[in-house]
Amino acid sequence: MRKSCRLWLIVLFILALTTLSLPVFAQDNGVTDDEVNEVAKDIYCPVCESTPLDVCGTQACADWRELIRTKLNEGQSRQEIFEYFARQYGDGVLADPPQRGISLIILWILPVVLLLVGLLFFSRMLARLRKTPETAAAAVASVSRPVDTQVVETAAPPKNSAQDDYLARVEEELGKKK
Amino acid sequence: MSDLTHTTMQEEESKPQGIRWGIVLLWVAVITLIALLGWGLVRTNAVRPEAGQAAPDFDVEFFNGFEWEGRSLAHLSDMKGKVVVINFWASWCVECRLEADLIENSWRQYADQDVVFLGVAYSDVEPNAIAYLDEFNITYPNAPDLGTDVSDMYEITGVPETFFVDKEGTIRHVQIGPLNEQTLNGVIQQLLGESG
Repeated sequence: MRKSCRLWLIVLFILALTTLSLPVFAQDNGVTDDEVNEVAKDIYCPVCESTPLDVCGTQACADWRELIRTKLNEGQSRQEIFEYFARQYGDGVLADPPQRGISLIILWILPVVLLLVGLLFFSRMLARLRKTPETAAAAVASVSRPVDTQVVETAAPPKNSAQDDYLARVEEELGKKK
Repeated sequence: MSDLTHTTMQEEESKPQGIRWGIVLLWVAVITLIALLGWGLVRTNAVRPEAGQAAPDFDVEFFNGFEWEGRSLAHLSDMKGKVVVINFWASWCVECRLEADLIENSWRQYADQDVVFLGVAYSDVEPNAIAYLDEFNITYPNAPDLGTDVSDMYEITGVPETFFVDKEGTIRHVQIGPLNEQTLNGVIQQLLGESG
């Protein structure tokens, strides 16, 4: 009698444990609203302006949240869900749209190209400005210095055709003197 | 000496050319940027194609179980020579339910004439869209608006919205909100009566 009583108690205990563990089991496999909203907050409502899905009250948003829940249940990652929504409803529904197509050109490639071209342009302009006084000085020096040092001086690049003519004439004069 | 001087002068001749290329590149980049920004602005402020304008061409891939002339994928341009009724709808749209039966009945009425009904599901979840089509026994060609490309092209402001396209491919009437029988059949009759 006592033995069967103990047996019943054990059975009841096991049943109680199983019953208590059921909700926990369901929660582990199910997807909570928080998990859905964690994804939904980075997706925008298709029919209302600038409203994230997690705080949107329309039926369309409710359908989309259910879709997110289904996809999370299927084991899809956050990124995979974003890609699905972008493919299905356009990049515009994502809070952080992927950089491709025209947005990639405008936001990423064009500024870099502009920066590089600008840097190239200004570095060349600066180099030209820096060399102009040096050339003028070199031209003056080439006139006043002895012939043997003049070769080095003429190696300094003249900056425009007027200076080229001037130097050519100086060289010619020096050649005559030789 | 003269060789060295000659080389130096050649180098100098190439330098202004380099600067000029830099300027050209800079201008090309600036003009491209302005053109892209302008294009973006035009797109943002694009208005809905209205009656009298050519219907923008698009392609759609029909839902499973739907087709047009045996095709699972169709272009609007393929339907030239027929009156086309493009109806934007969604399963979550309450007002779309008001016109669902009417459109299906009209489709059946004009099935043997040169009229194509084309349903485009806007921002819808596919299982819900298919459930909606089943609920109203809809049989005319229906397709999801993948990437919302078609609705962007037609600049719809909501659903339901219906565009009537004549046999020449010109939009002849735009209905914002649910259709009524008089408008639907009246416009179709008028467009069918015109020589295509």
